Amino acid sequence: MLTDDQVRHIAKLARVKLTEGEISLFSKQLSDVLDYMEILGEVDTEGLLETSQVTGLLNVMESDELRSAQSTREELLDCSELPVDSKQIRVIRVVK
Amino acid sequence: MTKLNSLTIREAASGLREKKFSSEELVTACLEAIGEKDGEINSFVFVDEDGAYETARLVDKKLADGLTLPLLAGIPASIKDLFNTRGVKTTCCSPILRDFVPPYDATSIEMLKEKGMVMLGKTNLDEFACGASTESSAFGVTRNPHDLTRVAGGSSGGSAAAVAADLCIYSLGTDTGGSIRQPASFCGIYGLKPTYGRVSRSGVTSLASSWDTVGPMAKSVDDIAIILQAIAGRDRRDMTTLDVAVPDYANFIGQDVKGLKIGLPKEYFGEGIDPEVSEMVKNAVKKLEGAGAHVEEVSLPMTKYAVAVYYIAMPAELSANLERFDGIRYGKQAENPEDLMDFYCKARGDGFGDEIKRRIMIGTYVLSAGYFDAYYKKAQKVRTKIIEDFNLAFEKVDVLIAPVSPYPAFEVGAFEGNPLALYMADALTIPANAAGVPALACPVGMNKDGLPVGLQVIGPQFAEGLCLKVGAALEQL
Repeated sequence: MLTDDQVRHIAKLARVKLTEGEISLFSKQLSDVLDYMEILGEVDTEGLLETSQVTGLLNVMESDELRSAQSTREELLDCSELPVDSKQIRVIRVVK
Repeated sequence: MTKLNSLTIREAASGLREKKFSSEELVTACLEAIGEKDGEINSFVFVDEDGAYETARLVDKKLADGLTLPLLAGIPASIKDLFNTRGVKTTCCSPILRDFVPPYDATSIEMLKEKGMVMLGKTNLDEFACGASTESSAFGVTRNPHDLTRVAGGSSGGSAAAVAADLCIYSLGTDTGGSIRQPASFCGIYGLKPTYGRVSRSGVTSLASSWDTVGPMAKSVDDIAIILQAIAGRDRRDMTTLDVAVPDYANFIGQDVKGLKIGLPKEYFGEGIDPEVSEMVKNAVKKLEGAGAHVEEVSLPMTKYAVAVYYIAMPAELSANLERFDGIRYGKQAENPEDLMDFYCKARGDGFGDEIKRRIMIGTYVLSAGYFDAYYKKAQKVRTKIIEDFNLAFEKVDVLIAPVSPYPAFEVGAFEGNPLALYMADALTIPANAAGVPALACPVGMNKDGLPVGLQVIGPQFAEGLCLKVGAALEQL
C-alpha cells in the first residue's frame, strides 16, 4: 500500500500538482494497480532478455540529405501561448 | 437508393466515377447525418465543414476534367484527434492541448491527403488515448450508436461510432493496447491494428512508443485494404517503420481459405469471457471450417500476464513521452507560479485529467530507482515470453482467431472509480501489441441484447494480407 507521502513524492517526480483529495484517491487506486502487478512474480524469467522493441531493427541509418522543413519558424513559435520576443519564447525567470 | 453516407469507400468511389453523385454531395450527406445524430453520440470533437467542402469541390472539378484519381479521392473520412492535422486543432482530448493547432500533418494524414481524402473533422478519444471507453475525454463520453446508454469503446471510440453511425465513410485510429479493435468490435465495424512499424507514427502523439500503431477503421474488409494500401510503408520521419515490401492488399480479398490452418487460443475462450461472445466467435469459425479451413486449439499460456506487463511498460513509456507537455512548448501556462518547478507542476496538474495523472505516476514509479528491476525490467522479460507464445503458435497454425473483448459494450459509468477493472477490458487485445503482430477486428453479429460482438484474426508480423483474406472470407459466409 502506497502512503500519501509516497504519492506526494511520485507526483513531484512526475511534476504534477495534486490536491489532498486526489492524493488519498490515488494512493488507494495506484496501490490496487501495483498489487495486481505482483502476478508477474509467477513467471520464471531467469536468463531471458528484455524486449524493448519487437521487429528486430538495429541501428537505422539515413543518408544525410537536405530536406525542406515541415513548418516555418513562425508556425512553431505560434504553438506556445507564451509571449514571443526576438523569435524566441519568453519563459518565466529561472534564476532568482 | 442507399443514403450516400452509408456507402463503403468502394461503392462511393464507383458512384463518383459513374457521375451518380459528387464528392460535395457525399460531404453534405455526412454533415446532415452528423447534424441529425451526433448531438447524442458525440463522436466528433471538431467538424471542419469549410475544409471538407473545399477539398470535395476540388476533387469534383478534377473528376469533371476527366482526370484519373486514386480510389480515396473525394471520400469523406474522420480522423482520431490524436493525429496532427496542419492548421486544424489537435487536442488529444486533453485540457492541456485544448488550443493546439499543429504546424504540420502526420505522415499518414499527408499520405491520405495526397490520395484526395476529404477530412470531415476530428473524432473523440480517451484523453491521450488512455482508456477503453472514451469516458476520459475532456469533451465527454462518446455513446454507442447501437445503444446510447453504453460506451462506444476506446480509445478510438469517436472514430468507431462515427463509422458505425454512417457519419463518415471511414476513419483512422490508433491501437496501443486495443484502441482500434475494441471500439470497432463494440460498434460492429472493421478495424485493423497493423504490424508494429508497418504504418508511420510520425505526427501522431506518442503514448507508448514501442506499442503504438496506426490503422484503418471501416465498413468492409475491402475498405480496410484500400486505406492500409494508402498509408503503409517506410517513412524516414519514423525510424521504426520497416523497409518491407507493401503487397497489393486488394489481391487477398476473395481468396479461398481452403487448407488454411486456424488456431483457437484456449485462453481467449476461458474464464472471464462472456459465454455468448465465445459461442458467437466459435460459430463464425465453424463457417470457415465449412469452407475448408482446418481448425485446432492452441495455447498461449502467457495471456493472463499481458495486462500486468502492459500497465507497467505502457505507463513507463507514456510518462516519458508526456514530459514534453510542460506548459511552455505546449499547453496552458500556470498562473502566479512560485518558481519553475511550481510552474511545471501547476501546468500539468491543471492540464491532465485523472487517468493521465494515474498513468504517469505509475510510469514514474516503475522507472524510479529501486523499483526499475522489480517492475519495468520484469515486465519487459515477460513481454519476451508473450512473443515466444505467438512464435510457437505460428509454427503450428497460419492465423489465430479469438474474441476481441471479453464482453460487448458496457454501460457508461460501469467502471467509475475502479481503474484496474477497466484495465482488464484490454486483456484479449494487449497480447498482439506486445508481440507487434497484426490483428483485424471483424463483426460477427449481434448478441441477444442487440449489441455487436467481434472477433479478431491475428497473424504473424507483416501478414496483414492473410488477416484480410480471412476477414473477407468471414464477411462473405
